[in-house]
Amino acid sequence: MSGLSGLYQEIILDQARARHGDGPLDHADAEHHEFNPTCGDELTMRIRLDDSHARIAELAWQGDGCSISMASASTLAELATGRDVDEVRELIDGFRAMLRSQGQGEPDEELLGDAIAFHGVSKYVMRVKCAMLGWVALEACLTEAGSPTHPAVE
Amino acid sequence: MSDLRRDFPAFDRASGGSTPTAYLDSAATSQRPRQVLDAEREYLEHHLAPVHRGASAAVGHSTTLFEDARATVARFVGAGEREIVWTENATDAINMVSLGIADASAGLGGASARSLALEPGDEIVITEAEHHANLIPWQRLAAKTGARLRAVRVDGHGLWSIDDLAAELGDRTRIVAVAEVSNVTGYLAPVADVVSLAHARGARVVLDACQSVPHRPTDFGAMGVDFAAFSGHKMLGPNGIGVLYGREELLDVLPPARTGGSTITRVTLETAEFLPSPHRFEAGTQPVSQAVALAEAVRYLEAIGMDAIARHESELAARIVEGVSALPGVRIIGPGVGVERAGLVAVSVDGVHAHDVGQFLDEAGIIVRVGHHCAQPLHRALGITASTRASAHVYTTDDEVDRFVDALAGVRGFFGVSDAPAAAVIA
Repeated sequence: MSGLSGLYQEIILDQARARHGDGPLDHADAEHHEFNPTCGDELTMRIRLDDSHARIAELAWQGDGCSISMASASTLAELATGRDVDEVRELIDGFRAMLRSQGQGEPDEELLGDAIAFHGVSKYVMRVKCAMLGWVALEACLTEAGSPTHPAVE
Repeated sequence: MSDLRRDFPAFDRASGGSTPTAYLDSAATSQRPRQVLDAEREYLEHHLAPVHRGASAAVGHSTTLFEDARATVARFVGAGEREIVWTENATDAINMVSLGIADASAGLGGASARSLALEPGDEIVITEAEHHANLIPWQRLAAKTGARLRAVRVDGHGLWSIDDLAAELGDRTRIVAVAEVSNVTGYLAPVADVVSLAHARGARVVLDACQSVPHRPTDFGAMGVDFAAFSGHKMLGPNGIGVLYGREELLDVLPPARTGGSTITRVTLETAEFLPSPHRFEAGTQPVSQAVALAEAVRYLEAIGMDAIARHESELAARIVEGVSALPGVRIIGPGVGVERAGLVAVSVDGVHAHDVGQFLDEAGIIVRVGHHCAQPLHRALGITASTRASAHVYTTDDEVDRFVDALAGVRGFFGVSDAPAAAVIA
């Protein structure tokens, strides 16, 4: 697979167009705005937890950015909505580890699901922040919502 | 001009069979010819000594090289030797002016600096197209002094007009700060008109000359600007050195933004008196090898001729504009076909973010700049967050810009937006 099609896999381009989870969210438990000053990309993530605060009941985001940042937010919305907070934290940790791999190793498909499509981004150090944009915003939302923290990995 | 590419080690690729890189990011930083690299090494190997300090013959020799470099740069831009101050970079040079004026406004520098002081209600005029380096220092100065910052707005192409600038000037205008060449639009500002309008109001003109000095003939004295700034690394010279130009009588009274060793005449425990320009501004150890190398870059540019360089880049810009204007869904920022512009062209591709455009071009071996180019207000005015910029220098070839245009033609197809209406990626 050439460099460019390794980076922009069809599933990424599809997700960038689909923008799952794009929209406002009323009665959010947490809201976080992320801005990437090098490119001007921005994204606001909002979540609503269920009554026990253990599960993400609803997730929505609004933003402007490159196809990588928009596709990764869209993929995240599909993966995280309805999931337990602990699982989602594990998912975020795994996604971050994959993006820091500089193209090395095999991503954990069982953990990451469709997000493994972003493995190619890890070879492009200038684009890692793009892929993390929505995920960092969700992580901040979880912290803000005071949800149980995932035990430290590493 | 293609022969001179051999002077540049960066272009001296061994034949490895891969596509040669097209370097179209000279407006960010230019490549350096061997002559400049050699001059810096020659100084460091054979002439290194602490300039303006001590009394040895070696110091004398090194100091002569350092001050000769200043004279060379001064001649190159139509300035006197006392009108050229070494700075860290162009941003630093603009800050030297804004911070010095803030000091003058706070009463430092005494009566002689009072002519530069700002008072609450005074006005500083900039344009919406300015690089952040020619914007934020003035925001800070306004905040410190109570002066008001006024901005000349741009049109849908990112261009401002001299009439709109004239309308922003008033009796309280004290400073007008504009770029001679916009680093995004390639617009050539009517500097002579700006100077005469500003001076008629008693205002000083600060010129951001970063994108002009490296590419076209410059005579600050004849232009009549009061201050100007440019950097070494955009003119085939080294990093770590920039230049502040100022009219002698202004520099001699502008309070030094940085103080310390080598800027002074007489120092007591309570007070210090400062040297005249330029040494009053050059606190601490100076970028000596960089100054020597910058002078070599000037000689290199002069040997080619600044008129010839300007002509070459103007032709390249026209070639890009003509090529790009034929591409559907690609918008040129700045002057269009047939209008004179500098050798840099930024574009916006409908439905595709600039970072994706840049990634696509990078894969084709074409190096461009993507982002807001330190001009967020300009991009916001155009309704975009980022753009893709190709920029040329003396070594840039027709083939390189043709490859840029050809690759650009494939971007929308790759990202699947060629036949669809522009995706709503812009707020």
